[in-house]
Amino acid sequence: MIAELGAFSLILALVLSAAQTALAAAGRITGSEPLRRAAEGAAAAVFLAVGGAFAALTTGFVTSDFSILYVAANSHTDKPLIYKIAGVWGGHEGSLLLWCLALTGYGAAVALTGERLPRGLKGLTLMSQGVLALLFIGFAVFASNPFLRLASPPVEGRSLNPLLQDPALAIHPPFLYAGYVGLSIPFSLAIAALIEGRVDAAWARWVRPWALAAWSLLTVGITLGSFWAYYELGWGGWWFWDPVENASFMPWLAATALLHSSIVTEKRGALTGWTVFLALLAFSFSMLGAFLVRSGVLTSVHAFAVDPQRGVILLAILGLAAGAGFALFAWRAPRFAPGGVFAPISREASLVLNNLFLATVAVAVLMGTLYPLVVEAVTGKTISVGPAYYGIVFVPIMAAALLVLPAGPLLSWKRGDLSGVLQRLAAAGGIGLASALGAYLLSDPKHALSALGVGLGAWVVAGALSEVVERGRIGRSSFVETARRLAALPTGAWGMTLAHIGLGLFVMGAAYETAWKLEAADILAPGGDLRIGQYRLTLDHLESVQGPNFTADRTVIRVTRHRRLVCDAEPERRFYPANRQSTTKVALCFEGLSDLYVVAGDTRPAANGQPGQLIRAYWNPWVRFIFLGPVLMALGGLVSLSDRRLRLAAGRRAAAVVQGARA
Amino acid sequence: MIALFSLGLIAAASDPSERLPDPAQEDRARHLFQQIRCVVCQNESIDDSEAGLAHDLRGIIRDQVRAGRSDAEIRRFLVARYGQFILLRPSFSAENAALWLLPFAVLAAGGVYLVLRARGPRPPETPLSARESEALAALVGPEEPPVQPEGERHGFAPTALQEKRDEDQTGL
Repeated sequence: MIAELGAFSLILALVLSAAQTALAAAGRITGSEPLRRAAEGAAAAVFLAVGGAFAALTTGFVTSDFSILYVAANSHTDKPLIYKIAGVWGGHEGSLLLWCLALTGYGAAVALTGERLPRGLKGLTLMSQGVLALLFIGFAVFASNPFLRLASPPVEGRSLNPLLQDPALAIHPPFLYAGYVGLSIPFSLAIAALIEGRVDAAWARWVRPWALAAWSLLTVGITLGSFWAYYELGWGGWWFWDPVENASFMPWLAATALLHSSIVTEKRGALTGWTVFLALLAFSFSMLGAFLVRSGVLTSVHAFAVDPQRGVILLAILGLAAGAGFALFAWRAPRFAPGGVFAPISREASLVLNNLFLATVAVAVLMGTLYPLVVEAVTGKTISVGPAYYGIVFVPIMAAALLVLPAGPLLSWKRGDLSGVLQRLAAAGGIGLASALGAYLLSDPKHALSALGVGLGAWVVAGALSEVVERGRIGRSSFVETARRLAALPTGAWGMTLAHIGLGLFVMGAAYETAWKLEAADILAPGGDLRIGQYRLTLDHLESVQGPNFTADRTVIRVTRHRRLVCDAEPERRFYPANRQSTTKVALCFEGLSDLYVVAGDTRPAANGQPGQLIRAYWNPWVRFIFLGPVLMALGGLVSLSDRRLRLAAGRRAAAVVQGARA
Repeated sequence: MIALFSLGLIAAASDPSERLPDPAQEDRARHLFQQIRCVVCQNESIDDSEAGLAHDLRGIIRDQVRAGRSDAEIRRFLVARYGQFILLRPSFSAENAALWLLPFAVLAAGGVYLVLRARGPRPPETPLSARESEALAALVGPEEPPVQPEGERHGFAPTALQEKRDEDQTGL
């Protein structure tokens, strides 16, 4: 019964999204207020209907209703509740449903909260969202229905891949999808603006909160995925330049560029065409990512629920939506009025430079991801593009971007004074150079480039702090004056500072960890030990553990440093009988900013002939920065988002004042 | 995206039973492993993989390193056997020119465009119209205290109004 309710709900959502599109279009053509209102109601109703379908599928998982094919394929009665729920988006059909839920949720949010959005723009945005919902829900209903029944239900389900049974990965897809799909609103706003033929500061002001929210969620989603890979895949890597990772990184780069260019459009009315282009591009990259990940055209370290036939449908949706968007852009964008002018040295110019760098690295990631496909299609030969390519192409361009980053926020609009800014950044430059020199001299072995990376990260952090010092006149004014100035700073400024500090910390961590991680491996019998850096790992004993849906061999390892106990590392090798699959569970000892990372390998005789176990250990210095940096960035986005409402309200008050003055 | 990882097996920190006795040679071998794809795996270097083929390839490469063959020779040997696919770092060849050069070409083209644009006619400073000044004055309020003119060091002195506007426009 519950499956039929879900299927009905999904079909209802499809019909309602068609209604949303038609009503919004009719409202636009006739200018009828009731039709417009009806389109808004339909947008909310689509969301409720998809929500109903989602709730039905979740119920199927929680109650282990194995008469539903998708539940039988992805769940098991022994699974803990959290992983039963996470199973909803553990496979292809369910993750598409989650995508539809997010998509219609954003549509409903625009319909219900967009009170101040100009009516024409709002109607067209809802129309575009309606078309997107129609495409994706249609895909779900006709080609990827999660509610298909089994004629003879199995007694037990096939369970979720054990590697996915992990807290970080359980919440990773909702964040990632909320981020991916959140970019549909800037996309639809861009379509609406192109149809209207007008892009101005007000439009950019409308795009920014949606772009900020989507960007923050995407940042969290990617970070969770990276953290999962770090401790679940078991060799201490956190980014592999894998096609699946690149698929999420491209929309992130485009969204980052959009956040920055929309500032220029909002404040100065310039870069209108470019900002619209980025808004189209960001969601197109999201759809491209969905296609790459789902179709299996690329081999990936994250092997996924692959289905070439569905890939073709996704490609068609991508072609249709992105193609229409960019065609509209090519037709309408040349008519946009040129915006405000600015000098080569100015805040605007620095943001343009930021966009040039981000666009370039997005091209690099796109090339690295798609080039093997192109070569194979054209010549029939296969090539691989691994991390080395990105080290040569991506890293230097990004380094150049980081080098100029701290100057941007200190430059004034229209015409800036570079030498003044450089003077104010002298301290930050000193900190950066000292960090680079320190990292070079104090570390062994010597890695000049990584030391420069650490210095670059420190420069970005110190530069962001310099900006706060500058704005608050810290040390140059009385305490009261400084406090007054800092309190008067808009939260958007604090958001930017947080995000830039997060980026700088990430760069420091990434450079440091990559160059100076240590590793060691040996076969240990009980009592045997392994040295890594200043730590000594002693194998204490092995024990068997019974988990909720797995059995595990746990190895208990005492970790000491200068004879003092640091922690007990307890890596496991787990066996999940439902999947007949083994996994390794890494043990992490948090040591300040760094991790001691211990993996238990197979059993074999040790050097003295006793039974032993292969133990691998990694010392990952400053790895905490790699994950905390992006969290700070996302937090910066949210802080900045909180500013929006205030500033919009202030804008309304100001408008009232202007009208009052004119009256 | 939902990622199902098919190989729960890992290597990376090299297996003690495989290591070469000479640390310098072992270092070279490890460095090579990281650039060689485990062709039967999803997307891993042979350094990271515990698959049988990765194990065999590590053995072959270690043997060749011990025999004193250069990195380039070993790579050529592997490409002859498995094709370009095995190199995680694609070669600099005419075929791969677009891959290597396009990002830099985009950067250069964008840079040239920006420089040309900057060299173009200087933007004229359009003064505010009377109505705009009035509206601005109404926004800022007449009794706004003049802020310390920070711009004096920049060679031009912004009015209190401009600086106020600059401060308002801070941020993300």
